[in-house]
Amino acid sequence: MDGWPARQVGAGSGTEDVELIISKQKPFEEILESLSANESVYIVGCGECATMTQTGGETELAAMKTRLEEAGKKDVATDVAHSACHELDMKRIFRQNKEAAEGADAFLVLACGAGTQAVREGTTKHVVPGANSLFVGNVKRQMVFEEKCSLCGECVIEAYGAICPVTRCAKGILNGPCGGTNNGKCEVDSEKDCAWVLIYKQMKAEERLDEFMVIHGPKRWNAVERPGRLDGREADEVKGAA
Amino acid sequence: MAKYREACESGKFVISGEIGPPKGTEVNGMLHHIELLKDLVDGLNVTDNQSAVMRLGSMAVSHEIVTRGGDAIFQMTCRDRNRLALENDLLSAHFLGIRNVLCLTGDHVSVGDHKDAKEVYDFESVQLIQCVKRMNEGYDWAGNELGGATDFYIGAVVTPESDPIEPQKLKYEKKIAAGAQFFQTQAVYDMENFQRFAEYSRGVTEGKDVKLMAGLVVLTSVGMAKYMNKFVPGVFVPDDLLEEMASVPKEDALKKGMEICARHIRFCMDNKVCDGVHVMAIGKEEIVPDILKMADLL
Repeated sequence: MDGWPARQVGAGSGTEDVELIISKQKPFEEILESLSANESVYIVGCGECATMTQTGGETELAAMKTRLEEAGKKDVATDVAHSACHELDMKRIFRQNKEAAEGADAFLVLACGAGTQAVREGTTKHVVPGANSLFVGNVKRQMVFEEKCSLCGECVIEAYGAICPVTRCAKGILNGPCGGTNNGKCEVDSEKDCAWVLIYKQMKAEERLDEFMVIHGPKRWNAVERPGRLDGREADEVKGAA
Repeated sequence: MAKYREACESGKFVISGEIGPPKGTEVNGMLHHIELLKDLVDGLNVTDNQSAVMRLGSMAVSHEIVTRGGDAIFQMTCRDRNRLALENDLLSAHFLGIRNVLCLTGDHVSVGDHKDAKEVYDFESVQLIQCVKRMNEGYDWAGNELGGATDFYIGAVVTPESDPIEPQKLKYEKKIAAGAQFFQTQAVYDMENFQRFAEYSRGVTEGKDVKLMAGLVVLTSVGMAKYMNKFVPGVFVPDDLLEEMASVPKEDALKKGMEICARHIRFCMDNKVCDGVHVMAIGKEEIVPDILKMADLL
Protein backbone atom coordinates (compact mmCIF):
# COMPACT_ATOMS: atom_id res chain seq x y z
CA MET A 1 0.00 0.00 0.00
CA ASP A 2 2.77 2.39 0.83
CA GLY A 3 4.89 1.27 -2.08
CA TRP A 4 7.74 -0.14 0.00
CA PRO A 5 8.80 -3.74 -0.47
CA ALA A 6 7.92 -5.89 2.51
CA ARG A 7 10.89 -6.47 4.77
CA GLN A 8 11.11 -9.17 7.33
CA VAL A 9 12.52 -7.18 10.17
CA GLY A 10 14.81 -8.67 12.74
CA ALA A 11 15.54 -11.70 10.62
CA GLY A 12 18.90 -10.67 9.23
CA SER A 13 21.93 -12.74 10.10
CA GLY A 14 23.74 -9.51 10.81
CA THR A 15 26.65 -10.57 8.67
CA GLU A 16 25.68 -8.93 5.41
CA ASP A 17 28.30 -6.61 4.00
CA VAL A 18 26.59 -3.43 5.02
CA GLU A 19 27.27 -0.16 6.74
CA LEU A 20 24.88 1.02 9.40
CA ILE A 21 24.16 3.83 11.76
CA ILE A 22 25.11 2.09 14.97
CA SER A 23 22.86 3.01 17.86
CA LYS A 24 22.30 1.79 21.38
CA GLN A 25 19.23 2.12 23.55
CA LYS A 26 19.46 4.68 26.31
CA PRO A 27 19.11 3.36 29.87
CA PHE A 28 15.43 2.68 30.59
CA GLU A 29 15.47 5.01 33.61
CA GLU A 30 16.59 7.88 31.39
CA ILE A 31 13.81 7.13 28.91
CA LEU A 32 11.26 6.96 31.70
CA GLU A 33 12.48 10.27 33.09
CA SER A 34 12.06 11.91 29.66
CA LEU A 35 8.52 10.54 29.44
CA SER A 36 7.52 11.42 33.00
CA ALA A 37 4.89 13.92 31.92
CA ASN A 38 3.35 11.66 29.31
CA GLU A 39 0.54 9.13 29.76
CA SER A 40 0.33 7.47 26.38
CA VAL A 41 3.35 6.72 24.26
CA TYR A 42 3.80 5.87 20.60
CA ILE A 43 7.04 3.93 20.11
CA VAL A 44 8.66 4.16 16.69
CA GLY A 45 11.36 1.75 15.55
CA CYS A 46 13.31 1.29 12.36
CA GLY A 47 13.42 -1.69 10.02
CA GLU A 48 16.91 -0.89 8.84
CA CYS A 49 19.87 0.00 11.06
CA ALA A 50 18.10 -0.04 14.42
CA THR A 51 16.78 -3.53 13.69
CA MET A 52 20.25 -4.79 12.80
CA THR A 53 21.72 -3.27 15.96
CA GLN A 54 18.83 -4.59 18.08
CA THR A 55 18.00 -1.07 19.18
CA GLY A 56 14.57 -0.62 17.69
CA GLY A 57 13.34 -3.64 15.76
CA GLU A 58 10.06 -5.53 16.37
CA THR A 59 11.54 -7.44 19.31
CA GLU A 60 12.93 -4.36 21.05
CA LEU A 61 9.70 -2.41 20.55
CA ALA A 62 7.64 -5.22 22.07
CA ALA A 63 9.98 -5.37 25.06
CA MET A 64 9.89 -1.58 25.48
CA LYS A 65 6.08 -1.59 25.29
CA THR A 66 5.95 -4.17 28.09
CA ARG A 67 8.37 -2.23 30.28
CA LEU A 68 6.53 1.06 29.75
CA GLU A 69 3.21 -0.57 30.58
CA GLU A 70 4.75 -2.07 33.71
CA ALA A 71 5.90 1.42 34.57
CA GLY A 72 2.31 2.67 34.34
CA LYS A 73 2.10 4.06 30.82
CA LYS A 74 -1.25 3.61 29.10
CA ASP A 75 -2.09 3.14 25.45
CA VAL A 76 1.37 2.22 24.24
CA ALA A 77 1.42 1.89 20.46
CA THR A 78 4.33 0.54 18.41
CA ASP A 79 5.39 0.87 14.81
CA VAL A 80 8.55 -0.21 13.04
CA ALA A 81 9.04 2.11 10.10
CA HIS A 82 10.68 0.68 7.02
CA SER A 83 13.37 3.33 7.36
CA ALA A 84 12.93 5.69 10.29
CA CYS A 85 15.00 8.36 8.54
CA HIS A 86 12.57 8.56 5.62
CA GLU A 87 10.49 11.62 6.42
CA LEU A 88 7.76 11.04 3.84
CA ASP A 89 7.43 7.46 5.01
CA MET A 90 7.14 8.61 8.61
CA LYS A 91 4.36 11.06 7.81
CA ARG A 92 2.58 8.32 5.86
CA ILE A 93 2.77 5.96 8.84
CA PHE A 94 1.27 8.55 11.15
CA ARG A 95 -1.55 9.19 8.64
CA GLN A 96 -2.23 5.47 8.44
CA ASN A 97 -2.25 5.15 12.23
CA LYS A 98 -4.09 8.38 12.76
CA GLU A 99 -5.92 7.32 15.89
CA ALA A 100 -2.81 6.19 17.77
CA ALA A 101 -0.76 9.13 16.54
CA GLU A 102 -3.36 11.66 17.58
CA GLY A 103 -4.00 9.90 20.89
CA ALA A 104 -0.35 9.77 21.91
CA ASP A 105 1.12 12.28 24.34
CA ALA A 106 4.62 11.51 23.23
CA PHE A 107 6.65 9.65 20.61
CA LEU A 108 9.55 7.51 21.78
CA VAL A 109 11.97 6.76 18.96
CA LEU A 110 14.17 3.67 19.17
CA ALA A 111 16.35 4.59 16.23
CA CYS A 112 19.18 6.94 15.39
CA GLY A 113 19.03 10.73 15.68
CA ALA A 114 18.07 10.98 12.03
CA GLY A 115 15.09 8.72 12.66
CA THR A 116 14.13 10.70 15.73
CA GLN A 117 14.13 13.91 13.72
CA ALA A 118 12.11 12.32 10.94
CA VAL A 119 9.50 11.67 13.62
CA ARG A 120 9.90 15.33 14.61
CA GLU A 121 8.84 16.23 11.06
CA GLY A 122 5.76 14.02 11.35
CA THR A 123 4.27 15.37 14.57
CA THR A 124 4.12 18.50 16.66
CA LYS A 125 4.03 16.53 19.92
CA HIS A 126 6.74 15.64 22.43
CA VAL A 127 9.42 13.52 20.75
CA VAL A 128 11.87 11.56 22.93
CA PRO A 129 15.05 9.90 21.64
CA GLY A 130 15.28 6.40 23.08
CA ALA A 131 18.71 5.64 21.68
CA ASN A 132 22.15 7.15 21.32
CA SER A 133 23.61 7.23 17.80
CA LEU A 134 27.18 6.03 18.00
CA PHE A 135 28.78 5.91 14.57
CA VAL A 136 28.52 4.67 11.03
CA GLY A 137 29.69 1.12 11.44
CA ASN A 138 30.75 -1.82 9.37
CA VAL A 139 29.32 -5.15 10.43
CA LYS A 140 32.15 -7.47 11.44
CA ARG A 141 29.83 -10.25 12.55
CA GLN A 142 26.45 -10.37 14.22
CA MET A 143 26.22 -7.49 16.71
CA VAL A 144 29.89 -6.55 16.27
CA PHE A 145 30.41 -3.21 14.56
CA GLU A 146 33.44 -1.08 13.77
CA GLU A 147 33.69 2.51 12.65
CA LYS A 148 35.65 2.88 9.44
CA CYS A 149 34.15 5.97 7.80
CA SER A 150 33.22 9.23 9.48
CA LEU A 151 31.56 10.94 6.50
CA CYS A 152 34.15 13.73 6.29
CA GLY A 153 32.92 14.89 2.90
CA GLU A 154 36.09 14.32 0.91
CA CYS A 155 37.41 10.79 0.71
CA VAL A 156 41.21 10.65 0.95
CA ILE A 157 41.79 6.96 1.56
CA GLU A 158 43.30 6.28 -1.85
CA ALA A 159 46.45 7.82 -0.40
CA TYR A 160 46.38 5.44 2.58
CA GLY A 161 45.93 1.96 1.16
CA ALA A 162 42.14 2.36 1.45
CA ILE A 163 42.38 2.53 5.25
CA CYS A 164 40.98 5.76 6.65
CA PRO A 165 43.28 7.54 9.13
CA VAL A 166 40.72 10.30 9.63
CA THR A 167 38.40 7.76 11.23
CA ARG A 168 40.50 4.84 12.36
CA CYS A 169 43.31 6.76 14.02
CA ALA A 170 42.16 8.16 17.40
CA LYS A 171 43.79 11.46 16.50
CA GLY A 172 42.82 11.40 12.85
CA ILE A 173 46.35 12.34 11.84
CA LEU A 174 47.39 12.21 8.21
CA ASN A 175 51.16 11.75 8.00
CA GLY A 176 52.16 8.70 9.98
CA PRO A 177 51.90 7.15 13.44
CA CYS A 178 52.13 9.21 16.62
CA GLY A 179 54.28 8.26 19.58
CA GLY A 180 51.38 6.38 21.12
CA THR A 181 51.49 3.50 18.66
CA ASN A 182 52.02 0.40 20.75
CA ASN A 183 52.98 -2.93 19.18
CA GLY A 184 50.43 -2.39 16.45
CA LYS A 185 47.73 -1.23 18.86
CA CYS A 186 46.54 2.24 19.85
CA GLU A 187 47.61 3.89 23.08
CA VAL A 188 44.08 5.20 23.54
CA ASP A 189 42.52 1.71 23.43
CA SER A 190 44.70 -1.38 23.40
CA GLU A 191 41.82 -3.36 21.84
CA LYS A 192 42.04 -1.28 18.68
CA ASP A 193 44.61 -1.55 15.93
CA CYS A 194 46.88 1.41 15.24
CA ALA A 195 45.52 2.58 11.90
CA TRP A 196 48.98 3.76 10.91
CA VAL A 197 50.52 0.33 11.32
CA LEU A 198 47.73 -1.08 9.16
CA ILE A 199 48.31 1.63 6.56
CA TYR A 200 52.06 1.07 6.60
CA LYS A 201 51.71 -2.69 6.16
CA GLN A 202 49.17 -2.32 3.38
CA MET A 203 51.19 0.23 1.45
CA LYS A 204 54.34 -1.80 1.91
CA ALA A 205 52.56 -4.87 0.54
CA GLU A 206 51.46 -2.81 -2.45
CA GLU A 207 55.03 -1.49 -2.83
CA ARG A 208 53.72 2.04 -2.41
CA LEU A 209 55.91 3.28 0.44
CA ASP A 210 57.11 6.13 -1.79
CA GLU A 211 53.51 7.40 -1.58
CA PHE A 212 53.58 6.96 2.20
CA MET A 213 56.29 9.63 2.14
CA VAL A 214 54.00 12.23 0.55
CA ILE A 215 53.28 15.01 3.05
CA HIS A 216 49.54 15.51 3.27
CA GLY A 217 48.08 18.86 4.22
CA PRO A 218 45.27 19.12 6.75
CA LYS A 219 41.74 18.12 5.85
CA ARG A 220 39.47 20.59 4.10
CA TRP A 221 36.83 20.60 6.79
CA ASN A 222 34.51 22.62 4.58
CA ALA A 223 34.29 19.87 1.94
CA VAL A 224 30.73 19.56 3.21
CA GLU A 225 29.12 22.68 4.59
CA ARG A 226 27.45 21.50 7.78
CA PRO A 227 24.62 20.80 8.13
CA GLY A 228 24.91 18.76 4.97
CA ARG A 229 22.35 19.01 2.21
CA LEU A 230 22.33 17.39 -1.20
CA ASP A 231 19.65 17.89 -3.82
CA GLY A 232 20.41 14.98 -6.09
CA ARG A 233 17.70 16.06 -8.54
CA GLU A 234 19.85 18.97 -9.56
CA ALA A 235 23.37 17.60 -9.18
CA ASP A 236 24.74 16.82 -12.64
CA GLU A 237 27.38 14.47 -11.27
CA VAL A 238 24.69 12.38 -9.64
CA LYS A 239 22.74 12.15 -12.87
CA GLY A 240 25.91 11.31 -14.75
CA ALA A 241 25.43 14.30 -17.06
CA ALA A 242 28.35 16.29 -18.43
CA MET B 1 67.61 35.55 22.55
CA ALA B 2 68.52 32.81 20.08
CA LYS B 3 70.79 31.02 22.52
CA TYR B 4 69.49 27.52 21.81
CA ARG B 5 69.65 27.92 18.07
CA GLU B 6 73.12 29.42 18.24
CA ALA B 7 74.28 26.52 20.41
CA CYS B 8 72.81 24.04 17.94
CA GLU B 9 74.29 25.75 14.92
CA SER B 10 77.71 26.19 16.57
CA GLY B 11 78.26 22.45 16.51
CA LYS B 12 78.77 22.22 20.28
CA PHE B 13 77.13 19.49 22.31
CA VAL B 14 73.78 21.00 23.20
CA ILE B 15 72.02 20.54 26.53
CA SER B 16 68.44 21.41 27.24
CA GLY B 17 66.22 20.93 30.23
CA GLU B 18 62.50 21.02 30.75
CA ILE B 19 60.01 22.99 32.78
CA GLY B 20 56.56 21.60 33.48
CA PRO B 21 54.20 24.48 34.31
CA PRO B 22 52.12 23.90 37.44
CA LYS B 23 48.39 23.44 37.73
CA GLY B 24 47.39 26.58 39.55
CA THR B 25 48.76 29.97 40.46
CA GLU B 26 51.46 28.80 42.87
CA VAL B 27 54.51 29.25 40.67
CA ASN B 28 57.39 29.69 43.12
CA GLY B 29 58.67 26.15 42.67
CA MET B 30 58.67 26.55 38.90
CA LEU B 31 60.39 29.94 39.05
CA HIS B 32 63.03 28.42 41.31
CA HIS B 33 63.68 25.71 38.70
CA ILE B 34 63.90 28.30 35.94
CA GLU B 35 66.41 30.39 37.91
CA LEU B 36 68.42 27.29 38.75
CA LEU B 37 68.68 26.04 35.18
CA LYS B 38 68.39 28.94 32.77
CA ASP B 39 72.12 29.67 32.69
CA LEU B 40 73.28 26.06 32.96
CA VAL B 41 71.57 24.78 29.84
CA ASP B 42 71.22 26.08 26.29
CA GLY B 43 67.46 26.01 26.36
CA LEU B 44 64.48 25.01 28.47
CA ASN B 45 61.49 23.23 26.99
CA VAL B 46 58.13 24.27 28.36
CA THR B 47 55.48 21.60 28.11
CA ASP B 48 52.02 22.33 26.69
CA ASN B 49 49.25 20.81 28.82
CA GLN B 50 51.55 17.83 29.23
CA SER B 51 49.84 14.43 29.11
CA ALA B 52 46.62 16.28 28.25
CA VAL B 53 46.47 17.61 31.82
CA MET B 54 45.36 21.24 32.03
CA ARG B 55 48.06 23.53 33.42
CA LEU B 56 49.56 26.98 33.21
CA GLY B 57 50.35 27.80 29.59
CA SER B 58 53.53 27.05 27.72
CA MET B 59 53.63 30.47 26.04
CA ALA B 60 53.45 32.45 29.28
CA VAL B 61 56.17 30.39 30.92
CA SER B 62 58.35 30.45 27.78
CA HIS B 63 58.05 34.23 27.85
CA GLU B 64 59.05 34.29 31.51
CA ILE B 65 62.19 32.26 30.75
CA VAL B 66 63.16 34.62 27.91
CA THR B 67 62.50 37.65 30.12
CA ARG B 68 64.83 36.20 32.75
CA GLY B 69 67.60 35.81 30.21
CA GLY B 70 67.24 32.12 29.41
CA ASP B 71 66.09 30.58 26.16
CA ALA B 72 62.79 28.78 25.89
CA ILE B 73 61.70 25.98 23.61
CA PHE B 74 57.99 26.57 23.32
CA GLN B 75 56.19 23.23 23.07
CA MET B 76 53.08 23.38 20.98
CA THR B 77 50.59 20.55 20.56
CA CYS B 78 47.81 20.32 18.00
CA ARG B 79 45.35 18.79 20.44
CA ASP B 80 43.74 21.93 21.85
CA ARG B 81 43.71 24.44 18.98
CA ASN B 82 42.66 24.61 15.37
CA ARG B 83 44.89 26.17 12.74
CA LEU B 84 43.68 29.71 13.37
CA ALA B 85 44.51 29.44 17.05
CA LEU B 86 47.88 27.77 16.41
CA GLU B 87 48.98 30.47 13.97
CA ASN B 88 47.67 33.16 16.27
CA ASP B 89 49.69 31.67 19.14
CA LEU B 90 52.79 31.45 16.95
CA LEU B 91 52.56 35.17 16.18
CA SER B 92 51.91 35.91 19.85
CA ALA B 93 54.87 33.79 20.94
CA HIS B 94 57.09 35.53 18.43
CA PHE B 95 55.87 38.90 19.71
CA LEU B 96 56.86 37.79 23.22
CA GLY B 97 60.40 37.01 22.13
CA ILE B 98 60.07 33.24 21.88
CA ARG B 99 62.19 31.85 19.03
CA ASN B 100 62.15 28.06 19.36
CA VAL B 101 59.04 25.99 18.85
CA LEU B 102 58.72 22.25 19.33
CA CYS B 103 55.90 20.91 17.16
CA LEU B 104 53.93 18.01 18.60
CA THR B 105 50.68 16.27 17.77
CA GLY B 106 49.95 15.99 21.49
CA ASP B 107 48.71 13.25 23.80
CA HIS B 108 45.09 12.29 23.34
CA VAL B 109 42.61 13.86 25.77
CA SER B 110 41.64 10.39 26.96
CA VAL B 111 44.96 10.07 28.85
CA GLY B 112 44.51 13.42 30.60
CA ASP B 113 42.30 15.04 33.20
CA HIS B 114 39.64 16.53 30.90
CA LYS B 115 38.54 13.29 29.31
CA ASP B 116 35.22 14.68 28.04
CA ALA B 117 36.92 17.43 26.03
CA LYS B 118 36.85 17.48 22.25
CA GLU B 119 40.32 16.93 20.86
CA VAL B 120 41.12 19.08 17.84
CA TYR B 121 43.99 17.78 15.68
CA ASP B 122 43.04 20.11 12.84
CA PHE B 123 46.80 20.02 12.20
CA GLU B 124 49.20 17.36 13.38
CA SER B 125 52.93 17.57 13.97
CA VAL B 126 54.07 17.36 10.33
CA GLN B 127 51.56 19.99 9.24
CA LEU B 128 52.44 22.26 12.18
CA ILE B 129 56.11 22.05 11.17
CA GLN B 130 55.11 23.02 7.62
CA CYS B 131 53.00 25.86 8.96
CA VAL B 132 55.82 27.32 11.08
CA LYS B 133 58.15 27.07 8.09
CA ARG B 134 55.62 28.88 5.96
CA MET B 135 55.26 31.64 8.57
CA ASN B 136 59.06 31.92 8.67
CA GLU B 137 58.81 32.51 4.93
CA GLY B 138 56.28 35.27 5.47
CA TYR B 139 52.95 33.55 4.81
CA ASP B 140 50.16 32.15 6.90
CA TRP B 141 48.74 28.70 6.24
CA ALA B 142 46.02 30.08 3.98
CA GLY B 143 48.66 31.73 1.80
CA ASN B 144 48.13 35.29 2.95
CA GLU B 145 51.22 37.41 3.22
CA LEU B 146 52.22 38.26 6.78
CA GLY B 147 53.16 41.80 7.73
CA GLY B 148 56.54 40.53 8.86
CA ALA B 149 57.69 36.94 8.87
CA THR B 150 58.44 34.91 11.99
CA ASP B 151 61.91 33.61 12.76
CA PHE B 152 61.41 30.35 14.58
CA TYR B 153 63.88 27.53 15.03
CA ILE B 154 61.67 24.53 14.29
CA GLY B 155 61.80 21.45 16.44
CA ALA B 156 60.05 18.11 16.48
CA VAL B 157 60.13 14.77 18.28
CA VAL B 158 60.79 11.17 17.32
CA THR B 159 60.44 7.86 19.17
CA PRO B 160 63.48 5.65 18.47
CA GLU B 161 62.01 2.75 20.47
CA SER B 162 58.69 2.82 18.65
CA ASP B 163 57.39 -0.62 17.77
CA PRO B 164 57.19 -1.12 14.82
CA ILE B 165 60.00 1.30 14.04
CA GLU B 166 59.66 1.44 10.22
CA PRO B 167 56.60 3.75 9.97
CA GLN B 168 58.10 5.91 12.75
CA LYS B 169 61.26 6.33 10.67
CA LEU B 170 59.23 7.32 7.62
CA LYS B 171 57.41 9.91 9.70
CA TYR B 172 60.77 11.20 10.98
CA GLU B 173 61.85 11.69 7.37
CA LYS B 174 58.59 13.48 6.61
CA LYS B 175 59.20 15.85 9.52
CA ILE B 176 62.65 16.60 8.12
CA ALA B 177 61.18 17.18 4.67
CA ALA B 178 58.51 19.43 6.20
CA GLY B 179 61.16 21.67 7.71
CA ALA B 180 62.12 20.40 11.17
CA GLN B 181 65.57 21.67 12.14
CA PHE B 182 66.09 19.89 15.43
CA PHE B 183 64.72 16.77 17.07
CA GLN B 184 64.40 15.76 20.69
CA THR B 185 63.67 12.08 21.13
CA GLN B 186 61.20 10.34 23.39
CA ALA B 187 63.06 8.93 26.41
CA VAL B 188 65.83 6.53 25.38
CA TYR B 189 67.62 4.15 27.75
CA ASP B 190 69.03 1.47 25.47
CA MET B 191 72.11 3.32 24.23
CA GLU B 192 73.03 0.66 21.68
CA ASN B 193 69.64 0.90 20.07
CA PHE B 194 69.78 4.68 20.18
CA GLN B 195 73.19 4.59 18.55
CA ARG B 196 71.72 2.56 15.71
CA PHE B 197 68.90 5.08 15.35
CA ALA B 198 71.38 7.95 15.35
CA GLU B 199 73.41 6.25 12.61
CA TYR B 200 70.27 5.87 10.54
CA SER B 201 69.48 9.53 11.27
CA ARG B 202 72.87 10.64 10.04
CA GLY B 203 72.14 8.84 6.79
CA VAL B 204 68.80 10.52 6.19
CA THR B 205 69.93 13.99 7.30
CA GLU B 206 73.15 14.02 5.30
CA GLY B 207 73.68 17.41 3.71
CA LYS B 208 70.94 18.93 5.87
CA ASP B 209 71.50 20.91 9.03
CA VAL B 210 69.25 18.82 11.25
CA LYS B 211 70.20 18.24 14.89
CA LEU B 212 69.32 15.16 16.93
CA MET B 213 69.12 15.36 20.74
CA ALA B 214 68.74 12.27 22.88
CA GLY B 215 65.80 12.53 25.25
CA LEU B 216 66.94 11.40 28.70
CA VAL B 217 64.39 10.96 31.45
CA VAL B 218 65.97 10.45 34.87
CA LEU B 219 64.97 7.16 36.48
CA THR B 220 63.82 7.71 40.04
CA SER B 221 63.06 4.12 41.12
CA VAL B 222 62.81 0.57 39.81
CA GLY B 223 59.05 0.92 40.01
CA MET B 224 59.07 3.96 37.75
CA ALA B 225 61.23 2.12 35.20
CA LYS B 226 58.93 -0.89 35.22
CA TYR B 227 55.89 1.34 34.98
CA MET B 228 57.25 3.01 31.87
CA ASN B 229 58.05 -0.33 30.27
CA LYS B 230 54.52 -1.48 30.89
CA PHE B 231 52.48 1.64 30.25
CA VAL B 232 54.41 4.17 28.17
CA PRO B 233 54.47 3.22 24.49
CA GLY B 234 57.82 3.85 22.82
CA VAL B 235 59.81 3.76 26.07
CA PHE B 236 61.99 0.77 26.87
CA VAL B 237 64.24 0.41 29.91
CA PRO B 238 66.51 -2.62 29.30
CA ASP B 239 67.01 -5.34 31.89
CA ASP B 240 70.58 -4.34 32.80
CA LEU B 241 69.36 -0.88 33.83
CA LEU B 242 66.47 -2.38 35.80
CA GLU B 243 68.99 -4.56 37.63
CA GLU B 244 71.28 -1.61 38.21
CA MET B 245 68.41 0.39 39.71
CA ALA B 246 67.47 -2.60 41.88
CA SER B 247 71.05 -3.08 43.06
CA VAL B 248 70.90 -0.13 45.45
CA PRO B 249 68.70 0.49 48.50
CA LYS B 250 65.49 2.36 47.76
CA GLU B 251 66.75 5.61 49.27
CA ASP B 252 69.67 5.61 46.84
CA ALA B 253 67.60 4.89 43.76
CA LEU B 254 67.33 8.51 42.65
CA LYS B 255 71.09 8.96 42.95
CA LYS B 256 71.55 5.80 40.86
CA GLY B 257 69.13 7.17 38.27
CA MET B 258 71.08 10.42 38.16
CA GLU B 259 74.33 8.46 37.67
CA ILE B 260 72.80 6.52 34.79
CA CYS B 261 71.57 9.75 33.22
CA ALA B 262 75.01 11.36 33.58
CA ARG B 263 76.61 8.26 32.09
CA HIS B 264 74.27 8.41 29.10
CA ILE B 265 75.03 12.10 28.58
CA ARG B 266 78.75 11.28 28.52
CA PHE B 267 78.15 8.30 26.25
CA CYS B 268 76.33 10.45 23.69
CA MET B 269 78.92 13.20 23.98
CA ASP B 270 82.13 11.16 24.00
CA ASN B 271 81.02 8.89 21.18
CA LYS B 272 79.54 11.78 19.19
CA VAL B 273 76.34 9.73 18.96
CA CYS B 274 74.15 12.79 18.49
CA ASP B 275 74.21 16.59 18.68
CA GLY B 276 73.06 16.98 22.25
CA VAL B 277 70.76 15.79 24.99
CA HIS B 278 67.44 16.88 26.37
CA VAL B 279 67.33 16.09 30.09
CA MET B 280 63.94 15.58 31.70
CA ALA B 281 63.71 15.28 35.48
CA ILE B 282 59.88 15.47 35.44
CA GLY B 283 59.27 17.86 38.32
CA LYS B 284 62.62 17.23 40.04
CA GLU B 285 64.53 19.82 38.07
CA GLU B 286 66.62 20.72 41.13
CA ILE B 287 68.66 17.55 40.52
CA VAL B 288 69.69 18.56 37.00
CA PRO B 289 72.72 20.65 38.06
CA ASP B 290 74.05 17.64 40.00
CA ILE B 291 73.55 15.40 36.96
CA LEU B 292 75.50 17.85 34.84
CA LYS B 293 78.25 17.86 37.49
CA MET B 294 78.33 14.04 37.49
CA ALA B 295 78.76 14.24 33.72
CA ASP B 296 81.66 16.68 34.20
CA LEU B 297 79.78 19.39 32.39
CA LEU B 298 79.82 21.92 35.24
